[in-house]
Amino acid sequence: MIPAHFDYLAPTSVEEALAALGEHGDDAKIIAGGQSLLPVLRMRLNAPEVVIDLGGISSLRGIRDDGDAIVIGAMTTHHAVRDHDLVTEHALLLSKAAAEVADAQIRHRGTFGGALAHADPAGDLGAPALALDAQFVIAGPGGTRTVEAADFFVDLFETAIGDDEILTEVRVPKHTGWGAHYEKFVRVAHQWPIVAVAATVRGSIDEAKVGLTNMGSTPLRASATEQALAGASATEEGVRAAADLAAEGTNPPSDLNGASDYRQHLARVLTGRAVLKAAGS
Amino acid sequence: MTKIELTVDGAAVSDDVEPRMLLVQYLREKLGKTGTVIGCDTSNCGACTVHLDGTSVKSCNVLAVQANGRTVTTIEGLADTAEGDLHPVQEAFRECHGLQCGFCTPGMIMQAVDLLAENPTPTEEEVRLGMEGNLCRCTGYHNIVKSVLQASGQTEGAQA
Repeated sequence: MIPAHFDYLAPTSVEEALAALGEHGDDAKIIAGGQSLLPVLRMRLNAPEVVIDLGGISSLRGIRDDGDAIVIGAMTTHHAVRDHDLVTEHALLLSKAAAEVADAQIRHRGTFGGALAHADPAGDLGAPALALDAQFVIAGPGGTRTVEAADFFVDLFETAIGDDEILTEVRVPKHTGWGAHYEKFVRVAHQWPIVAVAATVRGSIDEAKVGLTNMGSTPLRASATEQALAGASATEEGVRAAADLAAEGTNPPSDLNGASDYRQHLARVLTGRAVLKAAGS
Repeated sequence: MTKIELTVDGAAVSDDVEPRMLLVQYLREKLGKTGTVIGCDTSNCGACTVHLDGTSVKSCNVLAVQANGRTVTTIEGLADTAEGDLHPVQEAFRECHGLQCGFCTPGMIMQAVDLLAENPTPTEEEVRLGMEGNLCRCTGYHNIVKSVLQASGQTEGAQA
């Protein structure tokens, strides 16, 4: 199947892209890596009149050091995020999660910002971004603004990005030396997780941050687990009580892959595994 | 229509295409490069895998206009140009019988070449993980994995 007809715009700057978005409004759709959008267009689940391609805006690509944070350009591919020295040194959790996105071909095209803006609750990057307290830099006609991860994810496929705005980069506070692991439960290797858990820990264990994938309409923090992990020992016994709190307050979906209570069970089990692996045990 | 100029299998090409045209359609229908096949049409199966600027992509999930100014290599341009030549990965698939019906083979080989470029001596598990985006509906995975290991020059494959 092929997409419905659309006009194609390839701006070379964020300003040009914003102008195009302002001109075409609801009729336009932004394409980043296109790995989620193109299947949608091919299946005719959406038929925008204009597609605005960010692929030609080189300023949106790349990862830089910015003091207490690293800054990841929205058009940086998953493949580049996975391997970048700044990421593996200061935000290892993102490297681990990026390595688990779909498959190699998709990781070569798919982008960090595109996936986060798409906000699929089963996407692999939302939970780690939330766990790391990432900040989202969004450009609009009136300039740029920064949104905390906790406020960025609004609902299923819905973020704080306005119709006339573009996500340009993501600031990730440095978690230098923190261990990390992304534990993903799938039935088919390259598919979306039924549930996944993103865990990063300082020491073993002084402090822990835990994000949950596909446990609700947005990525979630397992706050009760995080509190219980502070000072816990990195053993199966030591993390069990904390991991048992992972599903607290969640209301995950039931679908063909699993019922809601099964997902809650998975969250508890996978949290234990993720935390232990993050702590290197 | 949008004008695109790119390099495909070593040759410079240029065309006016509809923006909605997929790269795989462009390769097959405009250039006649039917070695790249369409399997699932939902970007799952990897049969349409080609290299875009040297890395593997699913060509059913890229617009032809997105390949403007870039370099594409298909299964047809993988080997040296001399008639009958095979790329070492193609040769390994032939020797290890890394195919049954053969439909997934072009994509498997293109992904295997990418995998070996990044990791020249993968373990069996790394091969299986690295090929996760390519489905063989004959489920002939064992010989595919052996082929990739053989192409990497490791003895596990040579014993196949």
